[in-house]
Amino acid sequence: MSLGDLAVSPGAWVAPAVEWLNVNLHPAFAAVTRAVEGLLGGMEAALLGPPAWGVIVAAGLLGWWLGGWRMAALAAGALGFCRGAGLWEASVETLALVVVAVALSVLIAFPLGVLAARRPRVEAGLRPVLDVMQTVPPWVYLIPAVMIFSLGPTPALIATVVYGIPPMLRLTTLAFRQVPREFLELGEASGAAPRTILWRIELPLARPTLAVGLNQCILLSLAMVVLAGLVGAGGLGAEVTRGLTRMEMGPGLRAGLAIVAIALLLDRLSRASLDGRRG
Amino acid sequence: MSAMAASEVLIDCQSVWKVFGDNARAALRAIADRGLSKTEVLQEFSCVVGVSDASIQVRRGEIFCVMGLSGSGKSTLIRLLNRLIEPSSGRITVKGQDLSGLRGQALRDMRAKHIGMVFQSVALLPHRTVLENAAFGLEVQGVARARRLEVAREALARVGLSDWAGRLPRELSGGMQQRVGLARALAADPEIILMDEPFSALDPLIRRQLQDEFRSLTKELGKSAVFITHDLDEAIRIGDRIAIMRDGVIVQVGTAEEIVLNPADGYVADFVAGISRLHLIKAHSVMYEPAAWARARPEVDVGALPRTHPEADIDALIGMVVGSGQEGVAVVDGGRIVGVVTPRGLLQGVRGTAPADLSVV
Repeated sequence: MSLGDLAVSPGAWVAPAVEWLNVNLHPAFAAVTRAVEGLLGGMEAALLGPPAWGVIVAAGLLGWWLGGWRMAALAAGALGFCRGAGLWEASVETLALVVVAVALSVLIAFPLGVLAARRPRVEAGLRPVLDVMQTVPPWVYLIPAVMIFSLGPTPALIATVVYGIPPMLRLTTLAFRQVPREFLELGEASGAAPRTILWRIELPLARPTLAVGLNQCILLSLAMVVLAGLVGAGGLGAEVTRGLTRMEMGPGLRAGLAIVAIALLLDRLSRASLDGRRG
Repeated sequence: MSAMAASEVLIDCQSVWKVFGDNARAALRAIADRGLSKTEVLQEFSCVVGVSDASIQVRRGEIFCVMGLSGSGKSTLIRLLNRLIEPSSGRITVKGQDLSGLRGQALRDMRAKHIGMVFQSVALLPHRTVLENAAFGLEVQGVARARRLEVAREALARVGLSDWAGRLPRELSGGMQQRVGLARALAADPEIILMDEPFSALDPLIRRQLQDEFRSLTKELGKSAVFITHDLDEAIRIGDRIAIMRDGVIVQVGTAEEIVLNPADGYVADFVAGISRLHLIKAHSVMYEPAAWARARPEVDVGALPRTHPEADIDALIGMVVGSGQEGVAVVDGGRIVGVVTPRGLLQGVRGTAPADLSVV
């Protein structure tokens, strides 16, 4: 037996496994697809139902409430640009995709991150998984995702969530580790229940680092929208892809700038809401 | 009845041990069987003995100081008293309840209602106002917002910080922050307050001021306190009784006067060497028995000496002897002369030794 025979070929067993899943668990995957499309569709409908200017004004008001008139101007300006560039529908689709993806990422990453901060073993187990999630190019796990969920927003959302979880999880763990010991002692000595210590002491003290995690999660998720366009999720990613395939500078650049506008909007609003009104 | 209540034991530690490390159980058994020393335990089991066979009683209304250098186990000891640290063996009873028997909510109730704690680092939540910080203990207990803020406001008033209620902790000086920590502990109205080196990080002038305030406030409110410090002067200033710790062992427990006059060993003696006796040692510790003194000095009429009470300190006695020009001062208790203080006795008191025998008077 020569060394050449020892070729590693994981695809040889992954492909049949995916095939098997597809045949046997099809109803489950179909249900996931329906749930994702329903969620995204609902958000899109809510944002596309009223006239664009109404949504822009609402975003402005939200910005004003979270961070004063500068935030209001930024929020209204970002959405106004998307509307002005003639990309309103695509922008709303992207916005919905990113918001849902980030929400799912946080929902998964936050509890795991807290757990990892408390149990070193959980963290040791999670670390290699996170490393793989962050380093394997998304295109690679997109193949089985598309095979299972077919083209559309669902595989895009899954790819985005997988990409968004690691930064949020790592920074959640870091944030909770950084809470000084004496504050935990204060909680215990005051007779606080573990839940009270988590919400009233740890979370507020972890907030600045959590904000960084959320920020990373949002920006990395947005970076995935182009990929989402490639697998038929629509939105600004589709516009960029179109610009690329036709070698047209104008539409591509416009869509790219709209992505930047959406990124600014989400980043600043989320940061303002996490910073809270005080300190 | 009142004497009974005054001496009632609130915290009772009976031969409490704390050994840190994975082999703590085996280490503890080896200590019991073979009498290993702290260093041997570290070498053989890689366990650290934090507290070794500590027995203390804290009485109602008393300020009990635990004095020791860093690494002496005093911070571990105080955390055993509210079970922030589980003892390896021994029994700790607080207000008649065995702490080790309390589970979950019962332990939390005990901490919330009966045992307050103040930390060296203060641990004020930076995103909350001073008032909200002071109300934290009540918030944990589920007291309604309006009510807990009202109580917290009263507690802040007690420590003289009413005007700062709406500020954030970072706007306050270190001394003020520590007052907020005290107010937070007082707001829940616990009977026992654990003070973990609360004033160590403050500059000397502020520290002294807070020591006096703390002592008078505790006495005024009728609280009991366990006060940890590495500063013997502080322990003497604040404590009714003092325990001295070294390497996890409680070397001596007593009043400041007892410790200064009769140090248990060389270690304690070294510690008390630099302490001024002027306000520490009282007439009853340096006086001669009156009948014996009258025999030794028949020419002096004891009845004609200036008089004082047994609790008069050396500083006051020196003033009396110098001012009167007499041979000594008669100590009167309950209308009867119970002793005589002479200049020789005072000089010995200043050095911290008990009066010499009368042959050399």
